[in-house]
Amino acid sequence: MPPPSKLARLYEATEQVVTIERDSAPRVLFSGEDLLLEDLPVGTRVVYPRPPIEGLPNVTSAIRWALNHPEGCDPLHAQLRPGMKVTIAVDDISLPLPPMRTPDIRQQVLEIVLELLADSGVDDVHIVIAIALHRRMTEAEVKRMVGRKIFDAWWPDRLYHHDAEDPEGLVLLGTTERAEKVIVNRRAAESDLVIYVNLNLVPMDGGHKSVGTGLTNYEGVKAHHNPEHIRKSWSYMDPPHSEMHRSVDRIGRLIDRSMNVFHIETTINNRMFDGPLDFLMKREDDYRESDRLRLEAMRAALKAMPRAAKRKLLHAVPAAYDVIAVHAGKTEPTHQKILERSYQQYMVDVDFQADILVYGIPYISPYNVNSILNPLLVQVMACGYFFNFYRGKPLVKKGGTLILTHPCSDEFDPEHHPSYIEFFHRLLPETRDAAELERKYEREFAENPSYVHMYRTGNAYHGAHPFFMWYWGENGRAHLGRIIAVGADNEHVPRLLGWDSAGTLSEAIDMARSVHGRGAEIALLHHPPIAMTQNLG
Amino acid sequence: MAAKGAFFDVDGTLIGTNIVHAFAYYAMNQGSILATALQTARTVLSVPLFWATDKVNRKLFNELFYSYYRGQSEDRLQVLSQELFEDVILPAIHPGTPRLLEQARRAECRIVLCTGALDFTVEPLARHLGADDVIANRMHFVDGVATGKVVPPIVEGAHKALAIREYCLRQGLPLDQSYAYSDSFSDYPMLAVVGHPTAVNPDLRLRGVARAYEWPIIRTTQG
Repeated sequence: MPPPSKLARLYEATEQVVTIERDSAPRVLFSGEDLLLEDLPVGTRVVYPRPPIEGLPNVTSAIRWALNHPEGCDPLHAQLRPGMKVTIAVDDISLPLPPMRTPDIRQQVLEIVLELLADSGVDDVHIVIAIALHRRMTEAEVKRMVGRKIFDAWWPDRLYHHDAEDPEGLVLLGTTERAEKVIVNRRAAESDLVIYVNLNLVPMDGGHKSVGTGLTNYEGVKAHHNPEHIRKSWSYMDPPHSEMHRSVDRIGRLIDRSMNVFHIETTINNRMFDGPLDFLMKREDDYRESDRLRLEAMRAALKAMPRAAKRKLLHAVPAAYDVIAVHAGKTEPTHQKILERSYQQYMVDVDFQADILVYGIPYISPYNVNSILNPLLVQVMACGYFFNFYRGKPLVKKGGTLILTHPCSDEFDPEHHPSYIEFFHRLLPETRDAAELERKYEREFAENPSYVHMYRTGNAYHGAHPFFMWYWGENGRAHLGRIIAVGADNEHVPRLLGWDSAGTLSEAIDMARSVHGRGAEIALLHHPPIAMTQNLG
Repeated sequence: MAAKGAFFDVDGTLIGTNIVHAFAYYAMNQGSILATALQTARTVLSVPLFWATDKVNRKLFNELFYSYYRGQSEDRLQVLSQELFEDVILPAIHPGTPRLLEQARRAECRIVLCTGALDFTVEPLARHLGADDVIANRMHFVDGVATGKVVPPIVEGAHKALAIREYCLRQGLPLDQSYAYSDSFSDYPMLAVVGHPTAVNPDLRLRGVARAYEWPIIRTTQG
């Protein structure tokens, strides 16, 4: 039995909210491709992620078990018969972040499912990558995701991307009670069985969102990705309190009535870094000398490198995620099991709301894998994803101040984000009003023949995608009183986004305190890895 | 009713051939063996000159090029244009072209081919692609025989922009909501005059301009 003093230390080590004291170590914050080391004011509460849940010891057997013990339907093998038409839909590489080490869980699931289909005499099989309005992946990215064996045998005739702009490739299944059009991929709709292979990174993924969003078109996505729905979503990570998810669920239920969909959902832990970068998984107060040395070496190396080289380097480091759950079967019961596991990994209980919330914005988001986190995506991370990482009450009070660290460089990828450039430089100087942008310009961008062409034949996000990205930050913008960007390398990007600028974190905190007072409560949501708060009181 | 225009350059943008190929084809289709041989020899000798002139001045190139039609009958040129289309232009249509035009049609654009080629050489292509209109050069004919002169102003460079502007005024199309597509820096005025320019399979200079002005860059050479 350890002595009480040791027990206390153990308790401290598992406490997710740490209060900064006079002798606390400086905290590490991402600022794009750089790492900052910042001293925070005494009393600041730092919310740390939960430690990674232990991965499944045998993923292959877990997949097989899930296929044989599905939720709410017959096992997969019992649903197969020779000659039937099957479509397998797969999530794209927008998840997980960073991409996981090979073999990707999607490859592992596909290998088992394809073998089962072949053994059952099912030959008419297509694999469709459910990109919705995301960019098409490169061949190398597809190969990495599904593995060389499957790629060589199936690409490009029977393994291909969903095309949301192919008029012949889509079908209207019906209309929900709220007049939402349900449009899905024709091949999937006309199949005897659709098998959806999903990877949940965060609780907003999966469930009815998989088929209903991944295999639809602009009209289908627009049904729920609009300013009105986003303003009523509190938050994206809490589906029962998200209007967006309510819409997605209505659409998904209609799909389930019209099609036979077998979901295979998986989720992973939060072990983003290991090996030489494993110090990023630790708390700064627990750093050993070797960790401090590695941190300083990494900071110095990153500082000396050109931004493009830093980006290349960081994107090349895959995450060490472990699979922590695999479930299969009907949409809702399967997803419920995955959600429970996801919450266990991410949710940190808190009983407060801060006046000032701080977080670092990293180099990556779901929409810039192997690309640039452009200003619109910085906004998505700040006001969309990170702000929405809560259940119950947000971590920051209504009217509070958000301080984020990022260089906010005016840099875009013209291959991946061509319509973002026009959105940012032509539309945002005119207005930031989401409803006005939607009314005046969304359809123009969606139908722009050049953007449609780039989406269909290149590797570009759909022309309407930057609008959805702007709406994504709508509930964050509505809740927050002020946003301050720290370390921006220019003045105009923060200004176009409606943000203030500060040179240093302490300057930003002073600016925020001038509004909220010296006694303002400050919180730091410490990323990476992902942490979410749960304030249900 | 189309609400905006989509103006497409042809050579290099929608098709993989160019005006020199068309000229060579015509030269090879003279009436007699001797005439064919003479015309072919003239063509072969002229090609380096055309190439050099095209690099220096597109307007000069066009004027020089069209002078070679002098003395040909209008009927013959019309017939040959159809053959030219079937034998040369049709196989050279870029795989991505039909899809790009289809997308413009779905966006309710009036589709106009805008080219420095002669109108009768482009019309079969326009019909094939379902274009609504053609802005092209017109050969001057006297008594059904080509004079080798083009009805001014020659459609090229800055004049393409002017022609598009006048077309939009005539048709009541908003220039700022219209689209233009070209592969060549020589078409910079045509691209700059509309609200939505796009570089298609661009040459090096146009690629640089497109990057600087943040215009989309697309490829029609892929399906």
